[in-house]
Amino acid sequence: MVHKFKQLGYNIVLDSDSNGVHVLDDCAYDMLDLISAPMSEEMPLNLPAQLAKYSEDDVRGAYAELYTLYKEGSLFAEDDYKKYSDTMVKSPVKSMCLNVSHDCNLRCEYCFAQTGDFGGERCIMPPEIGRKAIDFLIERSANRENIELDFFGGEPLMAWDTVMETVKYARSIEKQHGKNFRFTITTNGVLLDDEKIEFINREMVNVVLSLDGRRETTDRIRKTLNGKSAYDVIVPKFQKLVKGRTTEGKTDYYVRATFTKYNLDFTEDVLHMRELGFEQLSAEPVVTDEKEPFAITGADLPRIYSEYDKLCEVMANRTKDRFNFFHFMVDLDQGPCAIKRLRGCGCGNDYVAVDPNGNIFPCHQFVGIDKWKMGNLNDGTFDDEIKSYFAKTHLYSKQGCADCWAKFYCSGGCNANSYIYEGDCRKPHKLSCELQRKRLECALALAVHKALADSK
Amino acid sequence: MKHVVTVNKANLKASAEKGGCGKCTSSCQSACKTSCTVANQKCESVK
Repeated sequence: MVHKFKQLGYNIVLDSDSNGVHVLDDCAYDMLDLISAPMSEEMPLNLPAQLAKYSEDDVRGAYAELYTLYKEGSLFAEDDYKKYSDTMVKSPVKSMCLNVSHDCNLRCEYCFAQTGDFGGERCIMPPEIGRKAIDFLIERSANRENIELDFFGGEPLMAWDTVMETVKYARSIEKQHGKNFRFTITTNGVLLDDEKIEFINREMVNVVLSLDGRRETTDRIRKTLNGKSAYDVIVPKFQKLVKGRTTEGKTDYYVRATFTKYNLDFTEDVLHMRELGFEQLSAEPVVTDEKEPFAITGADLPRIYSEYDKLCEVMANRTKDRFNFFHFMVDLDQGPCAIKRLRGCGCGNDYVAVDPNGNIFPCHQFVGIDKWKMGNLNDGTFDDEIKSYFAKTHLYSKQGCADCWAKFYCSGGCNANSYIYEGDCRKPHKLSCELQRKRLECALALAVHKALADSK
Repeated sequence: MKHVVTVNKANLKASAEKGGCGKCTSSCQSACKTSCTVANQKCESVK
């Protein structure tokens, strides 16, 4: 499947099924609307007339070059990946979201976890559940060496003893089991202090720091319990953490914003975060019920598209104070293999979430939905049927994915969003698909821009 | 080439034949987890 689009002044072509990315001149770009596979070596006789605004030499030359791509397999490649999806089986569990706290010290209006309690009681995970989670991962991860565990909530710093105990326990036994634990944490930063910053920067391979950008954007929707500015509390702490981290040579962190209908000019929030000294940035669209006043709806898409265009231009033209924007990152040569791309959401298969009481769910977004409870760490139960269902939930079992040009970059999207907003894990959330495709165009354009600049 | 510049290796098909080792990070496509979407990941078998 071929997708062509214009971005940053380039005529870009993505050949989805080979992952070939090409930049075409106008003649070749227009020609792509007139040809299809199988291509013949001989140029169709009517092409020069159909492309009369170009010289016959240019038409012949462009056709010959496109034919070369076709023969090389980087244009009009066939989608022959379904055979791999037919053999996909359950994977070892090697990744976990540990909800150490079902409580939070902020009251963000858009919180999917109902401000931290996930619709249940507010509680903190005891350290013994954290240790059982480590034992579960060691037992269930088979021969996988790298094990990921994300401390999440609610606000995980409210369960600091459990965080420390869980890490300490994992470190004490990982070598004897041939495992390498990679810890991450997602925090609002309110409770950060020097001790926690030092521990996080030593033990966590990645840190996600929640901030929505400008003071007015952040404080409008990320509310403190005492009515004071969340921005003023959080920003200095994040700056201290990131400074300590980067001084030690660790570059993996994200300062992560959620944008809503209130700040569709989110480029300004991204740039503000850069001005605060952060280089690894993210701004993600809120996913929520359309009835919420801050919800993004289909009517907002043109505005959001133009904002992504603006951000893409800003990044392409920056010569100093550069930054990474999470959703515009793409590696055209060293990215995941095609097998990995068939099943982009690991939930319920190689990834699970555990709540403070030890209940196991397919992922953090399913936590609290009884229908999807997979088991419990205390009684050793674990539902293999749910695991099998998610193992078979891939690009070729999801509605519409096989026919989408973005399939090998999005890999089917978020199963939980699909379930919550479309009623079926295998029915992708349409609004998320639209945004994903636009972001991918920007990401590819920036990759093209960099590749061409590097080649000069 | 005069009309076309190719910017990558178009190696997806080859990657399928030797893929699926499971060494790479599990992915999550949820908006609340800026950690591991597929496009942001690298193959950990290729060093």
